Amino acid sequence: MSDQIEPWLQSNTFHHSEFWDLRKLAELKQEKGLSISVCIPTLNEEATIGKEIIIIKSELMDRYPLIDEIAVIDSGSTDRTQEIARSFGADVYFSGDILPGQGFKRGKGENLWKAIHQLKGDIVCYVDADIRNIHPRFVSGLVAPLIYRDELHYVKAFYDRPLTLTKGVRSSGGGRVTEILVRPLFSLFFPELTALIQPLSGEYAVRRTVLEQIPFPIGYGVETSHIIDVYEKWGLEAFAQTDLDIRVHRNQTTEALGKMAFGTHSRPSNGWTPTASSIRSQTWSGSTASSRSRAPATARSSSRSTRRNARR
Amino acid sequence: MDPMPMPEFLDAAKRYRDELPALRDLFLANAVFCGETPSPTFEEAELVQFLTDRFTEGGLENSIDEMGSISAIRPGKSGKRNILVAAHLDTAWETAVDHTVRASERRLHGVGLADNALGVAALVSLPTLLDRLGVDLEANLILLGATRSLGRGDLEGLRYFLDHTKAPVDAAICLEGAQLGRLSYSCLGMIRGVIAVTVPEAQDWREWGTSSAIMRMNQIITKILGIGRPLSPRTQIILGSISAGSGFTPPEKARLRFEVRSEGGDQVSRIQQELENIIAEINANSPAEAEMEIFARREPGDLGFNHGIVAAARGIMESLGVEPRIRPSISELSALLARGIPSLTLGLTKAEHVNELEESIEIEPVFDGLAQVIATLQAIDHRLAHE
Repeated sequence: MSDQIEPWLQSNTFHHSEFWDLRKLAELKQEKGLSISVCIPTLNEEATIGKEIIIIKSELMDRYPLIDEIAVIDSGSTDRTQEIARSFGADVYFSGDILPGQGFKRGKGENLWKAIHQLKGDIVCYVDADIRNIHPRFVSGLVAPLIYRDELHYVKAFYDRPLTLTKGVRSSGGGRVTEILVRPLFSLFFPELTALIQPLSGEYAVRRTVLEQIPFPIGYGVETSHIIDVYEKWGLEAFAQTDLDIRVHRNQTTEALGKMAFGTHSRPSNGWTPTASSIRSQTWSGSTASSRSRAPATARSSSRSTRRNARR
Repeated sequence: MDPMPMPEFLDAAKRYRDELPALRDLFLANAVFCGETPSPTFEEAELVQFLTDRFTEGGLENSIDEMGSISAIRPGKSGKRNILVAAHLDTAWETAVDHTVRASERRLHGVGLADNALGVAALVSLPTLLDRLGVDLEANLILLGATRSLGRGDLEGLRYFLDHTKAPVDAAICLEGAQLGRLSYSCLGMIRGVIAVTVPEAQDWREWGTSSAIMRMNQIITKILGIGRPLSPRTQIILGSISAGSGFTPPEKARLRFEVRSEGGDQVSRIQQELENIIAEINANSPAEAEMEIFARREPGDLGFNHGIVAAARGIMESLGVEPRIRPSISELSALLARGIPSLTLGLTKAEHVNELEESIEIEPVFDGLAQVIATLQAIDHRLAHE
């Protein structure tokens, strides 16, 4: 184990209960002048999206003013995801309508990077839409380390992942792509990143300044790509992770996981990776993002070469 | 006593209905949390913890009693009288059942939402709703999440609270998730019990299968159906569920769950006696052993159609366009009326498949339901203040 990992685990791994005082958290966020956006990327999530919005809005906007906006970035759901999300008060965007000049590639990464352009927060908290046991901790537990500690940039969730079955839930399983693919990959090429317990978790909070400097593959590989890029640019000390206890979600078939695993070690097929500079170059009416000061996307080339090495 | 200024409450009810949608998320979030917290009878502790957190968060003094029920007090302006709002915390669903709540555009879906997660959500949301609507009561408002209500619980939580509270309850509203329009101000006499039949293990081949516990239970049911049930006072014998056997061999045991309900207490007593006679007859004439256990009992009570708070509740419902559905209760109301406490049970919204896996509630009518509760509370408060 790297000498860095043990102290990092001690200082940068949290449990959500450490941040139970939402009132205090909201006050500190206010004092620091931060704004926070929650982004939920979706594709056919009508079964869970409504409840996620109800809980996050009620607890973290109405009850405690921690979140400034909650937006659904949809890849073109064919079910009622968009209608349901809108009916419960979320801002709903079809990702194909955001920066149309950049084209539209249906995929999670596409939703995530377009969200940066669409949303206004200094911190963006991504939350997957398929969480059956949604709770405010899925947001507060991730943004809290960024509010309390200025040196942190990227906070990842980890949790137990019981599988939902026809009746009830099973207490083991989940995270198969992580264990079979990503952790061995990190172990070989980026040993320190093995300290991240669930690098593929779909819930994480990131400072906008970081998101604007890293590339976004359009598919499932976006989280792995992010971690490598942030690690290369800011090091392990920029990361933190928070234990969110249990996350119950829809079980994926092996076939679906195969696609996910493929996406995780692949780059976009068109060879183009959107970056902050490409976002900045767009003239897009109504966007406040274009007026922001952004650092150049210097990490792009090194990240690509790293991923090429990782695939060998 | 001053006459009730009804128009004031009727207008207020309409105003609340218009303003409550702005508080929808607060209420629905509580409904989701309550619905997703398993709370079978005698195992309500996790839900009680949620209520404790919410009441504490809202700055309300609260406590948990020996039965595990939680009560909180929202002090009134004068604090001379006490109004109780109660909701039973327990549901008919075991912890192992999937309690996930799903939200569609117009409904919430999930087991136990109507009975009684929504009632509990209204209870725990009430202080916030009153604050946001600017409603101040003269009387103290006691909010009670009652444990051990259903089945064998036999209203134990509420009874214990009423027997031990230091704040005498002057009037009460019981909250039920469904159905909107429900107005209960009377309760039926009731006994609830189980009849169990056991046949000897060794088969007697001369009886050619008639020694099955199912056959004996069938005899008992046939005799029960022969018991007279008068139309006045209205009387029912409800055979709720039956269980026996697991395959193709004659079972040794059979169980029948039943209730007897009547507007007349004498009828309940008479039918109980007849049931005991049937059991005795079966035991005398066959090798089967039959037993009857009565584990819940209610005495009939009636506040009266024209009682002031009943009239107020009817008027408020009608002003909201909600048709009052008068029906007697066999739940919490009976413990309250038995102690002479003027009380009502109100339903909050429309629901489908109540107590089934596909249970769901409608979101929009909840605003009518909550508006009627708040306006009725004010009407009761006004009445108490002028008594």
